[in-house]
Amino acid sequence: MYSEKVLDHFTNPRNVGEMTNADATGEFGSSHCGDTIKVFLKVEDNVIQDIKFKTFGCAAAIASSSIMTEMVRGKTLEDGLQLTNDMVAEALDGLPPEKMHCSCLAADGLHKAIQNYLNGQK
Amino acid sequence: MKGERDVKRIYLDNNATTAVRPEVLQGMLPFFCEAFGNPSSVHWAGSQVSPAIEKARGQVAQLLNCQPTEIVFTACGSEGDNFALKGTVDVLREKGNHIITTAVEHPAVLDTCRFLEKKGVEITYLPVDGEGRLDLDLLERSITPRTILISVMWANNETGVVFPIHEIGVVARRHKVRFFCDAVQAVGRLPVDVQKAQVDLLSLSGHKIGAPKGVGALFVRKGNPLTPLIHGGHQERRRRAGTHNVPGIVGLGIACQKAMDELSFVPGRMEPLRECLQSGLLTLVPEIKVNGASAPRLPNTLNLCFAGIEGEALLLHLDIAGIAASSGSACTSDDHGMSHVLEAMGVDPLLGQSSVRFSLGRDTVAEDIDRVLEVVPGVVQKLRDMSPFWEGRACRRAS
Repeated sequence: MYSEKVLDHFTNPRNVGEMTNADATGEFGSSHCGDTIKVFLKVEDNVIQDIKFKTFGCAAAIASSSIMTEMVRGKTLEDGLQLTNDMVAEALDGLPPEKMHCSCLAADGLHKAIQNYLNGQK
Repeated sequence: MKGERDVKRIYLDNNATTAVRPEVLQGMLPFFCEAFGNPSSVHWAGSQVSPAIEKARGQVAQLLNCQPTEIVFTACGSEGDNFALKGTVDVLREKGNHIITTAVEHPAVLDTCRFLEKKGVEITYLPVDGEGRLDLDLLERSITPRTILISVMWANNETGVVFPIHEIGVVARRHKVRFFCDAVQAVGRLPVDVQKAQVDLLSLSGHKIGAPKGVGALFVRKGNPLTPLIHGGHQERRRRAGTHNVPGIVGLGIACQKAMDELSFVPGRMEPLRECLQSGLLTLVPEIKVNGASAPRLPNTLNLCFAGIEGEALLLHLDIAGIAASSGSACTSDDHGMSHVLEAMGVDPLLGQSSVRFSLGRDTVAEDIDRVLEVVPGVVQKLRDMSPFWEGRACRRAS
């Protein structure tokens, strides 16, 4: 059902946990299945220096969260905002069709955190 | 999907299906290549197999304590459920159009009722309490002069909660309403006697009791006509057309015979193991809830919620460790919402998403339970550590 990559990120999630000195956090819950992600950001000079996450959800949600953090770490906030669900799912070598919505969780959670950061900057 | 790695495989999903018993397979084998005839044929090939069908019919009837002529072979439990409901609605349409069932039936009953509802049949879905129990008085009060059928499962497939079938049988008789029972999960795990229970229709499935998939049976009490679901032949006294699944039916007969022989000790062996699993998990893992804990339950079923995590994630970790269990009902694993059974029991939606079902089998041993108790606490902690709903154990109390 799941790709090796999904299983890898599910069993050994990267950048999981909390961040006490985060510059911004973002929480996003799927209305579809109740899965929820919380994203913590450390930003310096417009660049995501560090990122952590906590996720309640199925294997696809946890793996999407994990790979998302790897995809945007060290990237600019603009890059982060351009990350799409499809990019997350693709990086995981695909998700089962009924699990595609789980990849939204990761991208939307990230976008929420970045928006919160930008709003705080104003 | 995994489980093939170097770990001992432990199968605790016997409510989903069971392995075919070796003695069942042995009994079936001659009916593939040697005794291959169509039992409806008059020649030697047909007459070779028709006694085997009748023998199996007798074995099923003996387990249920009914007449062999009251057994109709089907392809599965779902067919029996559809047949009982749709067949009754059609044959009793002059008498009424109201069915009473429960909110926690298997989808084969619930979805059929919803289908019939669209056709104009009135359905009452009885609620259950927090432990999954029915209110018998409410059931009786729901009966109207237009009620043609009461449809209540013997035991719930997700929680294992057992319904008061004998008491419902008394109520149904008192009001002269036909009573159908989906006994798919109860057969082989509890004594199922259609005379004592006073049921008129009862469905069972072969693959839950060590027979192969693709065969089941419906008990139809004499004097309770049913419009067939499948037309096209004289088989099964014109109640169910279609060439007999001879090997499957032979297998079902042997499985019923075995279930009968073992009823005095197999359930009694499973229950202490289930209790050991339940008490072990309650001791080792904080904030878990046993669903239906204070209701009468099947001896093999344990359904739990693990606060703060999601059931499928836990299942996948168990699978990697070689342990096969299920989240809610295997039939609904494509749905993302919580189980309709836990919803009817009023379980909090977030907590309901963390449900996992362990269902033991006749082969389950103490070492299997020990292994589960070894694996689950660590996996639950790992998932809770990454759950935003578990920060500082701020999650609402599970029980």
